[in-house]
Amino acid sequence: MKSYFSELFTGAWSLILGLKVTIKALVSPIVTVQYPREKIVVTPNYRGHIDLIKFADTGAHKCISCGSCMRECPSDCIVVEGEKREGVKGKVLTIFTLDFTKCSLCGACVEVCPTKALDYSDEYELAGSTREQFHFDLLKRVEERE
Amino acid sequence: MSMDVKALEDDRHHRYVLNMGPQHPSTHGVLRVLLELEGEYAMNLLPVLGYGHRCHEKIAEFKPAKSFMPNTARMDYLGALIYNHGFAQLLEKAAGIEVPERVEYIRVITSELNRIQSHLLWYGAYLLDLGAFTPIMYSFDDREHILDILEDVTGSRLTYCYFRVGGVSKDIDEKFVTGTRAFIKRLRSRFPMYEDLVNGNIILQKRLIDVGELTPHTCARYGITGPLLRGTGVAYDMRRAEPYSIYSKFDFEIPTGTKGDCMASFMVRFHEMEQSLRIIEQALDGLPEGSIMAAKVPKKLKIPAGDYNSSVEAPRGELSYYLVSDGSDVPYRLKVRTPSYSNLSVIPEMCQGMLLSDVVSAMGALDLVIPEIDR
Repeated sequence: MKSYFSELFTGAWSLILGLKVTIKALVSPIVTVQYPREKIVVTPNYRGHIDLIKFADTGAHKCISCGSCMRECPSDCIVVEGEKREGVKGKVLTIFTLDFTKCSLCGACVEVCPTKALDYSDEYELAGSTREQFHFDLLKRVEERE
Repeated sequence: MSMDVKALEDDRHHRYVLNMGPQHPSTHGVLRVLLELEGEYAMNLLPVLGYGHRCHEKIAEFKPAKSFMPNTARMDYLGALIYNHGFAQLLEKAAGIEVPERVEYIRVITSELNRIQSHLLWYGAYLLDLGAFTPIMYSFDDREHILDILEDVTGSRLTYCYFRVGGVSKDIDEKFVTGTRAFIKRLRSRFPMYEDLVNGNIILQKRLIDVGELTPHTCARYGITGPLLRGTGVAYDMRRAEPYSIYSKFDFEIPTGTKGDCMASFMVRFHEMEQSLRIIEQALDGLPEGSIMAAKVPKKLKIPAGDYNSSVEAPRGELSYYLVSDGSDVPYRLKVRTPSYSNLSVIPEMCQGMLLSDVVSAMGALDLVIPEIDR
């Protein structure tokens, strides 16, 4: 009998203690961000899908179409092709596509690139209704970018 | 999948089979449990696996060993860095690569942050299963801080691919160190709040104490490791039992329980967060300068013929990688021993004769991550 009442008392007290915590939280500042009206600043180290960098000094990318990234990729999601053109030293990049549906963002391609031509984009709001929307043409993207 | 269900002669005690899952909220993923109920008592349980099988082990046999790193994170999405750690360690062991000391420190700090993150998610989700909605809001608030800290160095929030063979992909900076220290202070100040809000709560105690009791003997029979085993009083933790990386340098305790019930493993996990904070603190204090990549890592990582093993302590128990190599850069066979698989196998024995709502308590205490079971 005695233990019944002591348990009743400690039990009720534990509930009151818990309520105290929630009541305190009720008057404390909001911690959530009201997305999409508010957005947090994404860290520059965020790994989105890869992109070719447009270098300011030349106004172009630095890809030499060596295909290192294509070979290093664990999921075979990069396709790089280049061709030899007259009067131009080295190969000229003709195709650079990324199948983002297969990419696992490991970063092997960025690290292996001999000319450091690749970087992660900071795009995180990716949603689509078809697979093709995630087949990125990186060469087109770098040419269209200012 | 058929179960031998015999109708009893007395109609009032008729048994019936209930499907719990594969979309039941308390199974956290696609685990299906066939329950044979008699009234509200679970008389027979049968976990059904295979809904999330992705052939990870087979995939490993078809590409260079180091390319398997992103897959390890997908096995246990809550302990991704620890899975990275085990695999990086395995290949370093196999190829004989010496890792710089700074790398080991960074690995330990980030792994322990990852462990806390995993425990915080379990804490919230488990209480959600038990019907308490509020605590998950608090634990996710804390967890968000870890995700932000880790996102800043690893670039991702959940399925990290941060460790490399012989190093890590990015060095930690002053911002990481101050951010982590601030987080340690914050989480420590939040523990008393959790004690008040959750741990002392009478409803929680009534639902966990004496539910799903395990003994060290049962654990040994099923190969149960991690907080469940420690809840029975066996202080078995890979970080102490077979110290890997630089864990032998740190001073921390292995929290243990005595009864082996759900409350014991609950408290073990809760206290483990504090111990992880202690490890992080010591590692931050002793963080040496240096390179973040081993000097000589061959581009094509050839693994000498033979078999190799590497074990680490994942949030849910012991994780082992076992690799057999034929001398090429592609593994001949890679076997992954994940803790949740063994932990799950005890369910039929542990939950037999329990009330249905206690089955939810007991299953939540296992802290199951289904993609790790079905890998």
